[in-house]
Amino acid sequence: MTKKLVLEESAGFDQKVIEYVHRASATGLYEIRGMGAKRHLPSFDDLVFLAGSASRYPLEGYREKCTTTTVLGTRFAKKPIELAIPITIAGMSFGALSGRVKEALGRAATEMGTSTTTGDGGMTPEERQSSKTLVYQCLPSRYGFNPDDLRKADAIELVIGQGAKPGGGGMLLGQKVTKRVAGMRTLPIGVDQRSACRHPDWTGPDDLAIKVAELREITDWEKPIYIKVGATRTFNDVKLAVHAGADVIVVDGMQGGTAATQTVFIEHIGIPTLAALRQAVDALEDMNMRGKVQLIVSGGIRTGADVAKALAMGADAVAIGQGILLSLGCNSSSYLHEGAHIDATADYNALGTAPGYCHHCQTGKCPVGVTTQDEELELRLEPLTGAKRVKNYLKTLNMELTTVARACGKSNVHHLEREDLVALTLEAAAMARIPLAGTDWIPGVSRF
Amino acid sequence: MESLDLHKISVRELNQYLHKELPNKNGVKKLEILNPDGMHSIAAGMDAPVDIDIKGHGGYYVGGMNKHANITVHGNVGWGVAENMMSGTVRVKGFASSAAGATGRGGTLIIEGDTSLRCGISMKGIDIVVGGSIGNFSGFMAQAGRMVICGDAGDGLGDSMYEAVFYVRGKIKSLGADAQEEPMTDADYAAVKELLGRAGFKHDPKEFKRVAGAKKLYNWNADANQEY
Repeated sequence: MTKKLVLEESAGFDQKVIEYVHRASATGLYEIRGMGAKRHLPSFDDLVFLAGSASRYPLEGYREKCTTTTVLGTRFAKKPIELAIPITIAGMSFGALSGRVKEALGRAATEMGTSTTTGDGGMTPEERQSSKTLVYQCLPSRYGFNPDDLRKADAIELVIGQGAKPGGGGMLLGQKVTKRVAGMRTLPIGVDQRSACRHPDWTGPDDLAIKVAELREITDWEKPIYIKVGATRTFNDVKLAVHAGADVIVVDGMQGGTAATQTVFIEHIGIPTLAALRQAVDALEDMNMRGKVQLIVSGGIRTGADVAKALAMGADAVAIGQGILLSLGCNSSSYLHEGAHIDATADYNALGTAPGYCHHCQTGKCPVGVTTQDEELELRLEPLTGAKRVKNYLKTLNMELTTVARACGKSNVHHLEREDLVALTLEAAAMARIPLAGTDWIPGVSRF
Repeated sequence: MESLDLHKISVRELNQYLHKELPNKNGVKKLEILNPDGMHSIAAGMDAPVDIDIKGHGGYYVGGMNKHANITVHGNVGWGVAENMMSGTVRVKGFASSAAGATGRGGTLIIEGDTSLRCGISMKGIDIVVGGSIGNFSGFMAQAGRMVICGDAGDGLGDSMYEAVFYVRGKIKSLGADAQEEPMTDADYAAVKELLGRAGFKHDPKEFKRVAGAKKLYNWNADANQEY
């Protein structure tokens, strides 16, 4: 008689933890991977809109006007940025991504009337030429950073931290540090390139104010200056960024992606975007700076509903990274070549993964040619095809955003407000300080 | 010679003049800035071949991101003098505070006195010549370029450095991770002689020792067991 198998999985040492321990004991190294946090977190999915009914007056979903124009950088900059939609493309480096991908992003952003952003490693001619509105990042490493590109930029984003790794620097593994990438970063070819975790020429908020002023002096006070923080002590960080003279503050929650970071950072450092956004808005309201300093939120924004909820909670715009890469074909089972779908499953398998589960950006062997510097693999992403897909994605998000706004009776997406939202879970209600659905209860604020 | 007085105009007005009007003016190749009084970002973002004399002390980021200009500070400076400089020369007749020449890509930074912490941090091609001593953690993650230190170096010199080379005449309190002393070659002696000459310092190149990266941190997992 066959003995009955009893397979009771341990909650503490489940398959995932067992795999982690086996891996750690075999390699002696922490894991580095791409993408963002995989654990369940309170998110925009835990909020819903109340929309119009007898007590509120909805607008007709397809025909009535709903404005999406978004202006960023009105505080000090002589030349604020005007975008057609409140959805921007987040900073991602040439190095993490190929030049062809950067070109595709620039083209899509330009066609949609929005901005795209450089990343660690500097500005490439492809992205400058293809992007009508380009935000130039000033990062701790200052790789590729120079005054000529600074002057060519439409806005400057001073990056203090990133949602996937607050307090941590970057890591671009040697397989992606090709001749061109190394040349732009003044590094030897093939080194595992580390980026510093803090800036080299200032320390603390008072110095930051002087640094911001220097960037303004160099660019003659023309360009909006963003300050980007990874979400941790967001209430205080936002106040300090306002104090430092930011025109725009970017708050990146822990669901934000990365091309290569330690898993321990991705999963265990920072706070969810939902909680960070509310803290950021509270800080601006506390300083009476709401509307004077614009707020961009990023980190796990995927859908038009996410965008609408972020705006309702008080953001002026969102930035998207991972969603944009997915729209290019990341984690798709095939890539497009001259109109034909070419199966890439075998390449995923070679990496030890499968479409839908891949987070192997750090290897540089992206099966669909998105996060690679490999001369053959990068050809799998055609810039024009990629641009069309990103444009379609942004267009869909914007349609969803406006249709939700109209349902809430708003003729301008920026008129969405917290009163339009309720929470489905206690955690979301507490973090977002939005009432639990069907009640007036906000945990920590009002009594049930 | 044209004089610009920071008691009469703001730093913003000064820099906008230097960026926008000066390049179009015929004949102005030399100017002086009076009463700097430790103000920040003086002559930041220069992009013209002009000689600038700053008559007094500067604050943070004097000559920041300089291209082409030759700037002399007749006094001391605060943090980040000549940060991310591309070309030209910045000379400080006095002392410099922290992060002097940070991330500089080209040109020459000369400091006649001492500098504080993190001189040459993340330098990317600049030449730095210091007449005095430099503070702790200088040359951190220095990627390219040369630094000549006529005095002493503090703790952690050259920590995690890449391809930059340092020449130190005095004592080194300690070297950072992956930095090592190496024998001087004829090329090194010639480089030190040329850099000292550029700065106007009279020392014997034979008195200097060379510090460079051991390159053991270039690949973080080089020694790891990859059986998994």
